[in-house]
Amino acid sequence: MDPFLLEALVNGILLGGVFALPALGLNLVFGVVDVVWLCYAELVMVGMYAVWFLYTQLGWPLWLAFAACLPVVSLLGILLHQLVVRPLLSAPPINQVLATGGVLFLLQGAMTLIFRTDFRSLGVDMPPMEVGEIFVSGTKLAAFCAALVGAGILWAFLKYTYVGTAIRAIARDREVMPLMGVNPLRIYLIASAVGGALAGLAACLLVVQLDVHPFVGLSFGPITFMICVMGGLGNMLGGFLAAFIMGIIVSVGGFWGSTEFSYVVAFAFFIVTIFARPRGLFAR
Amino acid sequence: MKYLIPLLLALACVPLLSPPDYFIHLGVTVLLTAVAGTGWAMMGRYGLVSFGHGAFLGIGAYTMALLWNMAGLTPWIGIPIAVALAALVGVMLGYPCFRLKVVGHYFALVTLAAGEIVRILITALRDYTGGSLGMTPDRVPPEQGLLAMQFDKAGFWWLALLAWAGGLLAWWLLDRSMASKALAAISEDEDAAASIGIRVTREKLRVTLISTALAALAGTLMAQYRMYLNPESLAGLGISLQIVFGAIAGGMYAPLGPTVGAIITIGLEEVLRIAFGTEFTGGAPFIYGILLVLFMIYLPRGIVGIVERKRRSAAAPLGLPAVAK
Repeated sequence: MDPFLLEALVNGILLGGVFALPALGLNLVFGVVDVVWLCYAELVMVGMYAVWFLYTQLGWPLWLAFAACLPVVSLLGILLHQLVVRPLLSAPPINQVLATGGVLFLLQGAMTLIFRTDFRSLGVDMPPMEVGEIFVSGTKLAAFCAALVGAGILWAFLKYTYVGTAIRAIARDREVMPLMGVNPLRIYLIASAVGGALAGLAACLLVVQLDVHPFVGLSFGPITFMICVMGGLGNMLGGFLAAFIMGIIVSVGGFWGSTEFSYVVAFAFFIVTIFARPRGLFAR
Repeated sequence: MKYLIPLLLALACVPLLSPPDYFIHLGVTVLLTAVAGTGWAMMGRYGLVSFGHGAFLGIGAYTMALLWNMAGLTPWIGIPIAVALAALVGVMLGYPCFRLKVVGHYFALVTLAAGEIVRILITALRDYTGGSLGMTPDRVPPEQGLLAMQFDKAGFWWLALLAWAGGLLAWWLLDRSMASKALAAISEDEDAAASIGIRVTREKLRVTLISTALAALAGTLMAQYRMYLNPESLAGLGISLQIVFGAIAGGMYAPLGPTVGAIITIGLEEVLRIAFGTEFTGGAPFIYGILLVLFMIYLPRGIVGIVERKRRSAAAPLGLPAVAK
């Protein structure tokens, strides 16, 4: 195999790991609360700013900035749920989506007000590693491993804890669970907090790879939504796998053409997939 | 509707009073934004929520500008071609969506993907479109301005007014037709609508055609008025959501709703710009965002929707209850 193609393939898998986290978070929230957070990428953006601010401006150690980013974005998820989503729980889905779209503008505007539109870079980089014939970026590999660990913790949480079981149950049947003594509003809140924390983790992984600016969410937000829809909205495993498919398409597409065309190919692939399987690739 | 023709005539006379250029500029911007919002609301009010309408602004504007710059084709001919092309793209995207029952969230996200594809394509084809730096249509000497659709602000006022009236006329004709009843039935329950003989795909395609054509018309005129095109302001998620916000804030169930929404959004932008200058960049989207959330929670039918409901309930207290949307 051509080493450059192999390198593109490996990079695609690494990229897929980074896409996978926000896709998991979105799917968790959608599966449980039944609302699409259109501003999800903006939550990630705020988290990226949090890390950048704590690390470069306040001089915190990087690991502490990362550790602080998770609760900050998690709190943001809770606020989003309590202030915006909760009053709209019985509204038509479109009104819910548009309200979270409002939060998208709000967060972009707020960050522009505070930090201006300058591109902010963390200035952290790890040396590339040579594996066989190919080079792998150290930062990307670290981000990929962190994403896998995050996904693993989420899986264990859903599988082995009482709350996790309740979350899975409510995603399965919204009407019956309240009869079983589960307070859905509490579960919604927990799912939103976990969804926010996943956005925070995604922010930690992205901030070392991308410069932060108020509109950075628009660069990976759309593809995250497409990954979720491709995997089937609310289907966490499907979203996880779709993230790798998209990552590989973007990376290998970029190998043959420009990065922009690789995104065009990925989005076109998404549209064709939806026509072939309107409820997602992995719909039962 | 009966107040509309006097209103149009009154608006048409405005440039004759030679008001300040700034006023005309605001008016043209509001009218063209209103055309795009009207187009969006035609689909939006029947539950066909598109997050990719910016794409049609972009397809229209760039087709027109490229025809002018590369083939020298005047916008008078270029605009109909551009609008037809955008509507064709809309129908080509819509047909599989509607046939395969891609609805709700899925439809919204497919349109979002389509909008992004158009934005990235425009950026990537930078040899022709200038990429993210944008492009300017070639200017002609003033004496050929009429032929090239390059004239003063008053001329664009009339053109924009005409486009706006066209949008309202389309809305009015649709409302009077059986298609509007069929679409209302489809948005309530697609299978039930199909079972009583409504051709679901065809009805949806027709409204998509009108909606995307209006969006493209707005896009071409915006580009020609500003004499500048760029992918961020004419395609992609940002502009698409702004169109949606305007239509929602004004009220997407009333013909004048999107226009009121355009006045609000443009007005807000200008007030913030004048009040705070460039120091306050980001203030406008920040306040937009808060308003959009508040509108969705407290006024989902928009400003015009609330006014109409008040009037209706005063006139006929025993009438049909307003649709709970």
